[in-house]
Amino acid sequence: MSDWVEACATDDIDEEDVMRFDHGGRTFAIYRSPDDEYFATDGLCTHEKVHLADGLVMDDIIECPKHNGRFNYKTGAARGAPVCVNLKTYPVKVDAGKVLVQVG
Amino acid sequence: MTEMARGMVIIGAGECGGRAALTLRDLGYDGPVTLVGDEPHLPYERPPLSKEAMASDAPEIKAIASDAVLAERSIRHIHSVQAAAIDRAAHSVRLSDGSVLPYDKLLLATGATPRKLSMPGLGARCVYLRTFADALAIRGHLRAGSRIAVIGGGFIGLELAAASRRLGAAVTVIEAQPRILMRGVPAEIAEIVHDAHIAEGVDIVCGQGIASIADDGRQVRVTLAGGREVSADLAIIGIGAVPVTGLAADAGLMIDNGIAVDAELCSSDPDIFAAGDCCSFPLAVYGGRRVRLEAWRNAQEQGALAAKNMLDAGEAHAAVPWFWSDQYGLSLQIAGLSDEGKNTVRRDLDDGAFILFHLAEDGTLVAASGIGPGNAVARDIRLAEMLIGKRAKPAPEALGSQAVKLKSLLAA
Repeated sequence: MSDWVEACATDDIDEEDVMRFDHGGRTFAIYRSPDDEYFATDGLCTHEKVHLADGLVMDDIIECPKHNGRFNYKTGAARGAPVCVNLKTYPVKVDAGKVLVQVG
Repeated sequence: MTEMARGMVIIGAGECGGRAALTLRDLGYDGPVTLVGDEPHLPYERPPLSKEAMASDAPEIKAIASDAVLAERSIRHIHSVQAAAIDRAAHSVRLSDGSVLPYDKLLLATGATPRKLSMPGLGARCVYLRTFADALAIRGHLRAGSRIAVIGGGFIGLELAAASRRLGAAVTVIEAQPRILMRGVPAEIAEIVHDAHIAEGVDIVCGQGIASIADDGRQVRVTLAGGREVSADLAIIGIGAVPVTGLAADAGLMIDNGIAVDAELCSSDPDIFAAGDCCSFPLAVYGGRRVRLEAWRNAQEQGALAAKNMLDAGEAHAAVPWFWSDQYGLSLQIAGLSDEGKNTVRRDLDDGAFILFHLAEDGTLVAASGIGPGNAVARDIRLAEMLIGKRAKPAPEALGSQAVKLKSLLAA
């Protein structure tokens, strides 16, 4: 459970935005909140496996670019149609300007 | 709820009806909820029928909710049965199996049905797509070497043309209008879609009506007005859809290009609501212009809103229309109604993607239409949708410049 991996530099992501991070055959989405906190979830929408990093972040919500499935990216909770399965979330820490994700 | 509750009855177990049933429970309603559908399936998503379902050798329904979820939420799903008549005075619905369902509030989510091509000569090889059963029947004909005639260059026809090509069929699209996607899609974007089909080997004939059809049960011969003959193993007819209003009309409800409802989706009977493809409603964002939308998200949103208002929320519909289509690697998205616009501003994005912003005479952003590979336009179309909802008047030069983030315009 201690496999922290470097996802990106802190300034690779704009405030209130999301980017894609691929590691070990898996895809993650890394978020920077309006308060400059960082979060990570699985990178694919649980509705039709579309990359969430192409979606729009507004407040605490990531919205899937395809069919507007919405999730709270801090908790992974699905927020209504058409998705009903939550996203997995992953611990994130920032160290020396790098965003690290515990992918295990 | 009192013990006397008759409960909520929803006629139509598609996206709209299914969402309404689930929303009633989400909102804490604990009376009886009955969902009646004429298909044998669980409520399912229809968009894949012309797309992903065709790509699969063995298409399956994509259910909105499983049997287990419906049971857990105490939603009674009556399938393979039609609603035969509404008795408004008695507050009940009679079903085709003779049973009678009493209701406190009734939701009509009866959807739309394909517009039929009205000419002699159509037979078993001339088909329409609306249901999963239709999709299975069409899929059975799509293979390398089969010849498919698609009548109608709208979204359903073009998505099926793309799917047919992927499976190696020879495809001819026949459109009576001067170009494909005449309804609601700007010419510049329709041209990109047209070119993509040509590049994939689809034969598109525009501006020609059909003189005659001869279907002998094994093959279809379509003769165009100009004299050309197209022979096909299957003719797929996609010339639009008409709202299913018979039940409502027989019950004396007001009909106006669909079951006429107010902004709260209530019909001319205060205890009967209608939502989704079957209803026409005043669209607040365009000053109450009455429209009927055949769109997936609209069905979801209106199903949920109808459920709220069946519980007396009194909430008005305020959403901006939104629509998408996938063909080959291209995705097209449209927010708003582009025919409300007088002026157009183009924003070019990466990878050849672009968005056309449609502005009213007074500068109000009324629609945005975009096309590009993958999800290239999705984020900006979503932001445009929010700007449209706010009735924003963004500066045209800001809309046209990729250097200006649309998100920044929302805050203005």
